[in-house]
Amino acid sequence: MTIARFWRETPRRYNLGGSRCSVCTTVYFPPRTVCPTCTAHRQSLGKMEPFQLSGEGEVVTFSIVHEPAEGFEMQVPYALAIVKAVEGPLLTGQVVNVVPEEVKIGLKVHATFRKLREEGAAGVIHYGYKFAPKEEAGTGPRAGREAEPAPTPALSPDPSRARA
Amino acid sequence: MRDVAILGIGMTKFGELWDHSFREIGIEAGFQALVDGKLGSHDLGGLYLGNMASGAFLEQEHIAPLILDYAGLAGHHLPAIRVEAGGASGAMALHEGYLAVASGAYDFVVVGGAEKMTDVSDTEAARIVDATADTEWELVFGATLPSLWAMVARKHMHEYGTRREDLAALPVHDHQMASKNPLAHFRNKVTLDQVVNSGMVADPLGLLDCAPLSDGAAAVLLGPLEGARKYTDTPVKIAASQVACDTMALHHRRDLTTMDSTVFAGKRAFSQARRKPSDVQVAEIDDAYSIGGLVALEDLGFVAKGEGGVAMRDGRFFGKGPTQINTSGGLKAQGRPFGAVGVAQVVELVRQLRGEAKERQVAGAQVGLAHNVGGTGATSVVTVLERMN
Ligand SMILES: [Zn+2]
Repeated sequence: MTIARFWRETPRRYNLGGSRCSVCTTVYFPPRTVCPTCTAHRQSLGKMEPFQLSGEGEVVTFSIVHEPAEGFEMQVPYALAIVKAVEGPLLTGQVVNVVPEEVKIGLKVHATFRKLREEGAAGVIHYGYKFAPKEEAGTGPRAGREAEPAPTPALSPDPSRARA
Repeated sequence: MRDVAILGIGMTKFGELWDHSFREIGIEAGFQALVDGKLGSHDLGGLYLGNMASGAFLEQEHIAPLILDYAGLAGHHLPAIRVEAGGASGAMALHEGYLAVASGAYDFVVVGGAEKMTDVSDTEAARIVDATADTEWELVFGATLPSLWAMVARKHMHEYGTRREDLAALPVHDHQMASKNPLAHFRNKVTLDQVVNSGMVADPLGLLDCAPLSDGAAAVLLGPLEGARKYTDTPVKIAASQVACDTMALHHRRDLTTMDSTVFAGKRAFSQARRKPSDVQVAEIDDAYSIGGLVALEDLGFVAKGEGGVAMRDGRFFGKGPTQINTSGGLKAQGRPFGAVGVAQVVELVRQLRGEAKERQVAGAQVGLAHNVGGTGATSVVTVLERMN
């Protein structure tokens, strides 16, 4: 993926900035400009507000990936999950800080900011969210290759996104 | 709208066709369809070509006129139209061709599907096909097409008690059928143990749960049903052609074990054809991933939600029930040249409905159904065919 295309979404990938429909209060991630729930009457146009997810959620389903996506070769096997955020939206992301065999449906997780992958010979590094078991929040032993936390985001968070 | 018939069919071998170019296979399938349908190329109204990613695979875009040109038809100045819908590109091209003839805009069109996937490395090919899922919100986080379908499988197992072996039963059946199909990518049979113990791709899916990357092309000639017997002894009517779409990302679906695009395309197709699942004797189901075939049978109404696993275990669709699936060998064993798949499914159904499927023939087949999926189900296309006696 080109650098511009990746960095355009960086605030959302760093800060879990979604949106909430001010008409029906449904929360979306990533943000949307039109609410699928109220679309029929176009009521939501221009009424979607920034909304930041807390990062808390639960594993709804998962897979242990052995044939990786490009740029993830060094991480196999890794756990990939669909996580339901407590605010409602569902997200896809890796589950780290846990041996893959211990990932279960129903596992409570929270978002953590990590290196996602390195791209190509130029070594462009992409950062974004992954999920970690909640009980180990910030204290548990990290799986070796996941030990490197992401640096401070180069783009500062937009304060308007922090209203949740 | 008038009734539309399939007048001719054509298909190349599927597999790693290293000594054949994209243009060669595209033309071969198309001409077979024209010859089979006894139509002179001067009567042709246009070409629809299903193709997912020629630009990424071959660094060649704008391929519809390219195929038309090398078929020797550039001088006719016909319209040639490329159609893309990920893994459902072929069935979507058929849908477009069907609408064109049904509307009366064109009388005769060739619908082709072609993909050349083995000129790039497997890693590169995987990256290209993964892009039929959501690049920004799935792939960036480490998802691949197999891992997304694996998450559907895990959820289905959790919700309904579906077993690993139930998933494996479909590839076993597919390889069994493909062993009787000379054009199939794989002709070898595999056992349940071999599928279950095949190298893990994305748990719970192994290598043998996943369709291969193939080269290949398929084509059909469409025309008005009225007068069709001038071109073929056994016209096959397109009784329904329906498309439905859903959210791009799997995680945004209403239910992670139901492809609503398949549910809606299926309902609309059965309604248009005035048929029900039990009327169908032969079905080609998109089983790019074994779990995909299983949930499709549920979503199309062939079995109740959650009972797909038991149906696989019992072999209900492998010759023991009213509907037999994937006599071609399915995507798993006949092969998966993306843009050609949906057209090849229909080619196999026409063989069955004409009674020309030889060793694979399902006795008395009158009604056939094809189901073709893009991505993880953001697009589904369902086609119902009927033999005209
Ligand atoms: Zn709303």
